[in-house]
Amino acid sequence: MGDPYMLEIRNLDVHFRIYEGISRVLDGVSLYVAKGERVGFAGETGCGKTVTMKAVMGMLKIPPAIIPHGEIFLDGRDVLKMSQRELQRIKGTEISMIFQDPMNALNPVFTIGEQLCDVIRFARRNRSSGVNLSKKEVYDKAIAALEEVRLPDPERIKNNYPLELSGGMRQRALIAMALVNEPSFLIADEPGTALDVTIQAQILDLLSELVKNRRISVLLITHNLGVIQETTERVYIMYAGQVVETAPTAVLFNNPRHPYTQGLLASVPRLTGGQIAEGIPGTVPDYINTHFGCRFHPRCSHVMPICSQKKPPFTMLETSQYVACYLYTNKGGQNE
Amino acid sequence: MKNKNRISLSDDSITVTRWMSFKDRVGRSWYRFRRNPISLAGASMVFFVIFLAIFAPYVTPYPEQARAFTDLENTFQPPSRSHWFGTDEVGRDVFTRVIFGYRISLMMAAVVLGISVPFGVMLGLISGYFGGRIETIIMRITDVFLALPALVMALAICAAFTPTVEKAMLAVASIWWTWHCRLVNAITRSIKTEEFVQASKVIGDSHLRILFKDILPNCASAIMVKVTLDAGFVILVGAGLSFLGLGVQPPKPGLGTMISYGAAHLPTKWWLTVFPSFAIFFLILGFNLLGDGLRDMLDVESEGI
Amino acid sequence: MKFSYFLLRRFLHSILVLLGISVLIFIIARMLPGDPARLALGPFAKQEQVDNLRHKMGMDKPLYLQYVGFIQGILHGDFGLSFQTRRSVSLDIKHYLPATIELVVVAIVWVLIIGVPFGVLAGRYKDRWLDNVSRVVAFVGVAVPPFVVGLIGQLIFSYSLGILPTTGRLSLLMPPPPNRTGLLLLDSLIAGNFIVFGDAFKHIILPSFAIAMTGIGQITRLTRSSVSDVLSKDYIEAARAFGIPKRFITFKYMLKPSFIPPLTILGLTFASELANAFLVEQVFGWPGMAKYGIQAILRKDFNAIMGVILIVGLAFVVVNFIVDILAGYIDPRVRIQEEVIEK
Repeated sequence: MGDPYMLEIRNLDVHFRIYEGISRVLDGVSLYVAKGERVGFAGETGCGKTVTMKAVMGMLKIPPAIIPHGEIFLDGRDVLKMSQRELQRIKGTEISMIFQDPMNALNPVFTIGEQLCDVIRFARRNRSSGVNLSKKEVYDKAIAALEEVRLPDPERIKNNYPLELSGGMRQRALIAMALVNEPSFLIADEPGTALDVTIQAQILDLLSELVKNRRISVLLITHNLGVIQETTERVYIMYAGQVVETAPTAVLFNNPRHPYTQGLLASVPRLTGGQIAEGIPGTVPDYINTHFGCRFHPRCSHVMPICSQKKPPFTMLETSQYVACYLYTNKGGQNE
Repeated sequence: MKNKNRISLSDDSITVTRWMSFKDRVGRSWYRFRRNPISLAGASMVFFVIFLAIFAPYVTPYPEQARAFTDLENTFQPPSRSHWFGTDEVGRDVFTRVIFGYRISLMMAAVVLGISVPFGVMLGLISGYFGGRIETIIMRITDVFLALPALVMALAICAAFTPTVEKAMLAVASIWWTWHCRLVNAITRSIKTEEFVQASKVIGDSHLRILFKDILPNCASAIMVKVTLDAGFVILVGAGLSFLGLGVQPPKPGLGTMISYGAAHLPTKWWLTVFPSFAIFFLILGFNLLGDGLRDMLDVESEGI
Repeated sequence: MKFSYFLLRRFLHSILVLLGISVLIFIIARMLPGDPARLALGPFAKQEQVDNLRHKMGMDKPLYLQYVGFIQGILHGDFGLSFQTRRSVSLDIKHYLPATIELVVVAIVWVLIIGVPFGVLAGRYKDRWLDNVSRVVAFVGVAVPPFVVGLIGQLIFSYSLGILPTTGRLSLLMPPPPNRTGLLLLDSLIAGNFIVFGDAFKHIILPSFAIAMTGIGQITRLTRSSVSDVLSKDYIEAARAFGIPKRFITFKYMLKPSFIPPLTILGLTFASELANAFLVEQVFGWPGMAKYGIQAILRKDFNAIMGVILIVGLAFVVVNFIVDILAGYIDPRVRIQEEVIEK
């Protein structure tokens, strides 16, 4: 289709009905990923990144989750209106996911090979575009996938159980499973965070390479700013269920505008310079008793009365940098 | 520290963690207990029975009939206003005997667990903590004891003596310690490498102190849950032994014994079997529900059933 | 390679346990008060006769020699003579054992065909009405004494409804099938005699169910929690994210890991069933080894007692061994953990 966007989320609200009340987690989240683009999605733990991702993948359990408002389009198709069957068809084939903790994402009682082959077989079936692959074809594809993620001795690995592999190898196997069916869109949820830093670096390199070779659109979710800087072209910063700023990566890191983003970047310890990193005072907000307006305002050092009354609109600054902050409205930027 | 609600997002559900003081924590456990219908039901059943047992002479209409007593005019009376559960083969009021039977069952549980639990816990601590050969020996011994089902072992031991209730209790106790020994051993093994234990070692605490101060409290909830569940099971085994003639001997009103004698008179004198059966089921169920509720409340993963 | 090592360890362990049991039994048996020989012959027998019997039974030798003799005997399948029946205990046991085996096996079948599917459904449809029913069943099953189940069963089905018999393996006038295995159900099938089969089946329903009740409760409970646990695991979610259809997930990805905890408990279930047999055989007058054992205990027939206990121990050890092997085969974690612990 001629749609330029792989993923488009418009004004998404997601609430959860829980014991204490209604938890309004996502508030008007909008983002997009163009085809072939690598977009980062950053924010601290608990800010709603995973919920957003699950909404996109159709993995939210509808009670207790409620989606009162918003649209999600995947390559032009409305995800929220799809049936489970349709969703299952595109999962694994058009849209795929890399999980955070490879140990938990792999079934411990089946071999890597078996799980990988299952993914291959069902994708074929779901695609209904080709005939079922023969056993040999599935096998070959599996070996090829394992080779592609640089696993040594794929023949042997195929017969191993997850427990027998190291963390890095498991993550590679998981990447193989995610990419074997050539999805056009990949969501990577904190890849490698469960691993050693050095291994994580390897994994991220591998991921970058694979993604580049295949021209996949990527949404990289993480709380690690370094990773964002290295591997993405554009980034969204999220706080407490609201998108607060978005810009091309280099632009954002050079010139963060939103107070939260600034605080975030300042709090990353520098290896040189002798400065102590500052934290941001305050704590993560309560999603049940949410604040009106900008959710960051209780912690913001530049807070103004209007911040607590109405949610700030996005103001465009320079090229493609959008900030949701009253500091910038009427300050020469265009309001959206 | 004031109560603060913190909502964290994990997976697609929301967890609410509260920061609270110890008092709050106890209160919160109690609150969960209160809200859990299962533990409440179990607790009320157990306490009801305990109450009946303690006040047996006052709540039963014919307390003297709990012992040797005959009223040959009134044998085999079906349930009536004067005898709620009917009378047995020598004319005794079944209701009274059932309540006194509860006394015996509860006493049995108390004695058996009172002996076996401390012993088992102690051995478990020692074997888990010191490891090595001591542990191997103790664990092998428990293996052997656990190699046979409890009832069968108890039967075998009872076989060596003339059957009385006391011997039966000793027999069961002599097997029961193994469960607790294993449980505590497992917990001790997993905790002994933890930092707080190492810290105590560094400070120079004696082994005994470490065992009692650091390790034992961590076993406490598991032990509590297990003891509650055990109570039901011990009573079950005891009833089984009595049923077979090896436990409570007549004229004492053991529930298993009563059922055994009543069985011969089925189906015409059904009340002799049905009421004691229900009574014992009620008590065992109560303990099971209570133990289950405790387990939920204390978040304990206990080993085995 | 790894697997056979695992097997070997388990096997050696079992042997050790068996030896331990034999020592234990021996000690217990020797603790019996009174003189077994005199007990057998009665108070009016002459001292000579008693001494003779003692000598015949080898009871005048020192204890450790007796034990050695005991072990030797066992290895040859000889448990000595029963004081009561004067027959070889091993013959007695051979005679009565099939009845008990049949009972326990049918009981296990009940547990598997009722407990497992029920537990799976309860775990799948957690917190709905089916789940609540399963919890009730589980609690009740574990709390009711087996002999009570038997008695109440008799009350309802035999006395009130009259559809099931109360005692024995076959009706009085029913001729037994030719003895091949001693298992009536099997023998009658082999002989092609369906009438006898039906009769034997009617007789075995109540007692086997009474034995199975505890196991059903346990397995339902455990399967339910295991299934619900697995369903909440990330790897199930991950499988769905990779496009694997729900039905396939349920039948393959969920079932296999769910069955491991219930499997490990199967050994315990078997143990509880064997124990329950001792109670239930009494209620139904079932001519099995357990009933024989109880009578031996009541009469202080210690050779017979030892024989029965040893057989029970052996059965338990063997079953546990098989269950461990199965668990190791299905769940790779079990095998691998073993090695890790070794290091």
